Amino acid sequence: MTENNVADGGRRDFLLMATSLVGGVGAAAACVPFVASMNPSSDALAKATTEVDLAGIEPGAIRTVPWQGKPVFILRRTPEQISAMAQSKGGLMPEDEGKRVQKGHEEWLVVVGVCTHMGCVPNKEEKGWTCHCHGSQYDDSGRVTRGPAPDNLPVPPYKFISDSKILIG
Amino acid sequence: MFNQIIDWVDQRFPLTAFVKHELTGYPTPRNLSYWWNFGFLAGFVLVMQVATGIFLAMHYKADSALAFDSIQHIMRDVNYGWLLRYLHATGASAFFFVIFIHMARTLYYGSYRKPRELLWWTGQGLLLLLMGTAFMGYLLPWGQMSYWGATVITNLFGASPILGHEIVIWLRGDFTVGDETLSRFFALHYLFPFIIVGAVIIHLVALHTVKSSNPSGIDLAAKDNIPFHPYFTIKDLFGLGLFMMLYTWFAFFTPNTLIEAANNIPANPMSTPSHIVPEWYFLPFYAILRSVPNALGGVVAMGLSVLIFAFMPYLDRSRIPGGARYRPWYRILFYGFTVDILFLGWIGFVPPTDSTILYGKIATILYFLMFLSLPLFSRAEERMMIKRGLPPALQAMIDSESKGKGK
Repeated sequence: MTENNVADGGRRDFLLMATSLVGGVGAAAACVPFVASMNPSSDALAKATTEVDLAGIEPGAIRTVPWQGKPVFILRRTPEQISAMAQSKGGLMPEDEGKRVQKGHEEWLVVVGVCTHMGCVPNKEEKGWTCHCHGSQYDDSGRVTRGPAPDNLPVPPYKFISDSKILIG
Repeated sequence: MFNQIIDWVDQRFPLTAFVKHELTGYPTPRNLSYWWNFGFLAGFVLVMQVATGIFLAMHYKADSALAFDSIQHIMRDVNYGWLLRYLHATGASAFFFVIFIHMARTLYYGSYRKPRELLWWTGQGLLLLLMGTAFMGYLLPWGQMSYWGATVITNLFGASPILGHEIVIWLRGDFTVGDETLSRFFALHYLFPFIIVGAVIIHLVALHTVKSSNPSGIDLAAKDNIPFHPYFTIKDLFGLGLFMMLYTWFAFFTPNTLIEAANNIPANPMSTPSHIVPEWYFLPFYAILRSVPNALGGVVAMGLSVLIFAFMPYLDRSRIPGGARYRPWYRILFYGFTVDILFLGWIGFVPPTDSTILYGKIATILYFLMFLSLPLFSRAEERMMIKRGLPPALQAMIDSESKGKGK
């Protein structure tokens, strides 16, 4: 070490940059556990399935069941509703009725009852659903017919275990 | 003995100098009207909210299974729990009431204009903090309105084109608003007021640098300022007395006018109430959200409707000093804006129908048009006023100000 080293501005600048960088990276890394702790915990992440007994739902009636904390609408549709829906393509986001129900089980409409706009639960009206939070409307196939909702009510994964039982999830 | 203690402190800490400089002797324009009381009132309500809030927190349980019942426990069993809660719930409304008048005064008298831009922006930051605190506090009673209000507002972040869904889940800590959301909102609702206290100190440091504006809109000569104490301590306290009559009347006799009936039903994630409305202080902004037919556009418009106030110092291009008192066109704009924002509040309150959606769209367009047309509007007004000649009172004040500077 000589006096020249002490006065070496380039060396000082390098040390300042290097220590600032390491300190900055360390501070950023220290944020990770705090931010990550706010994400869903393991128990919230645990996937859940819901089994639903369809017996006792009259034609035209609706039952709401919880699935992963979200409401799922199970609508048993009347023949008139089925034919009306089969003829229409929906509204703002046209989608074939065939993609929204399972073949041979056209009577049953199963959709996640969470408005695609801001997450309210739409209310069943005579025809379709209306979301009272911001006025979106859906038809009897869960397809959006009036905004501001940007999308149709999603169909959750489900299968028929028997003719009168479904497993959602 | 007392003087000796003060002397001892003063040698180690600038106590006397601080009190004299910033409180008792602080130079204040002598022509301040009662519209200048509302900053002090906001500070008072902040202290009330912190005090009642801390005592409520001693009895409240931030757990989705217990929260609703713990509110009933506070209302029925805790000594004076009903009073603490009603003061706190009414206090939230009082806070916004006072702040909105404080902001309206700033807009009317042009207090946002140079050199008070930073003062205005720190106030804007305080408004955002207040909105966040109020929103998180509203979830805590865990009623139906609490629950669905929190669901809708956290969902706003889902409109972001990148990572929208992930951000919503991160905010909630679950796929839906739930126990995790409740406990973190409680933690942050307790934290935010202290951040607000810090921001208020910054707001006051900025105020004491540029000093108060006044109804004329022109900074007075030093001889026209008077010490804060006793003139404005008395004026503020008298205003506080009037305010307390209104505030306690609500808290004592009609505390439920501002609590939605549906919030007396425990939160039910399976069913949304048929008509959800936010608290009254969010209604105009909520109406703007509803008026835009696109989800992302609605969120952006709502955010802008709050943040656009920050641009006022630059949108107002007039070189005529002062605010609406001497500016006839700006005054019309101010009253037009007041009517428009109240109308939007009503639109936000009523259930959406085809006609109210249309009115909401028109009022939303007018809301933004008033801000965006201001650069041209204020210039045109300036030309008109110079052509006609400035009002004698204004001209006299401009002259006396320039004379004062000459000395």
